[in-house]
Amino acid sequence: MLQQSRPAGEFKAGMRAIFPLIVAVLPIGLVFGAVSATKGLSPLETTLMSALVFAGGSQFVAMDIWTHPASWMGAGFAALLVNIRHLLMSASIGTKMQSFAGIKRYIAMLFLADEIWAMAEFRAGTMRLTPAWYAGIVTPFYLAWVGSSLAGALLGAFLGDPAVIGLDFAFPAVFIVLVMGFWKGPETGAVLAASGIAAVAVHQFVPGVWHIAAGALAGLAMAFWKGRAREQAA
Amino acid sequence: MTLDLSTLLAILAMAAATIFTRVGGLVLIRYVRIDERRQTAIEAIPPAVLMAVIAPTAFATGWAEALACAATAIASRRLPMLASVVVGVATVALLRTAGL
Repeated sequence: MLQQSRPAGEFKAGMRAIFPLIVAVLPIGLVFGAVSATKGLSPLETTLMSALVFAGGSQFVAMDIWTHPASWMGAGFAALLVNIRHLLMSASIGTKMQSFAGIKRYIAMLFLADEIWAMAEFRAGTMRLTPAWYAGIVTPFYLAWVGSSLAGALLGAFLGDPAVIGLDFAFPAVFIVLVMGFWKGPETGAVLAASGIAAVAVHQFVPGVWHIAAGALAGLAMAFWKGRAREQAA
Repeated sequence: MTLDLSTLLAILAMAAATIFTRVGGLVLIRYVRIDERRQTAIEAIPPAVLMAVIAPTAFATGWAEALACAATAIASRRLPMLASVVVGVATVALLRTAGL
């Protein structure tokens, strides 16, 4: 049932799968580089941040609160809050990494950006997740993020506003396509409704990124509750 | 090409926080037994997190974004990912141009 192709083929299949997200990440990386330049970061500092943190959401939040000299506690705490969802994500994808021997799981986890995780979950739904395929989605995506950040930092002032041609919408659009791929019936609908309502409500009243944690927890609670109701009915 | 010490420290703090969250889940599942109900909950994580990320854009930003989200969702039932994304981006650009 599970057709296992050679590593080189798996790597190429991964590169093909990530292609739409590469197209989506390039403008975001350019914008991040440009924003960081206006905050006084050098191209080297911008590139280092993209290479070592590799988590766009937390990098943008850090730029929002950036001061000179930088506060390592402020930036570190913001990154922790924004990325706390990665705990859930790595727990989830970790159960689907049977083909990853020992240390490979931990190395793979270091590159677990939202887009990487979502593609990997999607793949694991239909196929066996292999290290070669995972490397195939990570390598071009990582290089595109770091490279476009550097380009944005260098070009900075010459870039216009990406919102005019709707490029800022590329990421939400990709995420919507991925959400639709996880649809498994009415129970998924209940989870999505709980998550969406909680996220919008928290977003309205609480500044920052708490809406992501709130939506995730509400969706989880709904899944638990539905599961228990099914057990009691059986 | 300058590298300020306080900036470097801030970047390293962000990297450490991110590594902690990324590896944390993997460590967690080594020590927590996964029964059927936990499995159900873990399967609900991907759609729940993705929905929480996009919900403010979809429902609380404006009509252009809300309609473009709907167009993307409908397109994704028939079209491959890249084409659906193009539909969404084009829709939001057109509606914004129209002043919505």
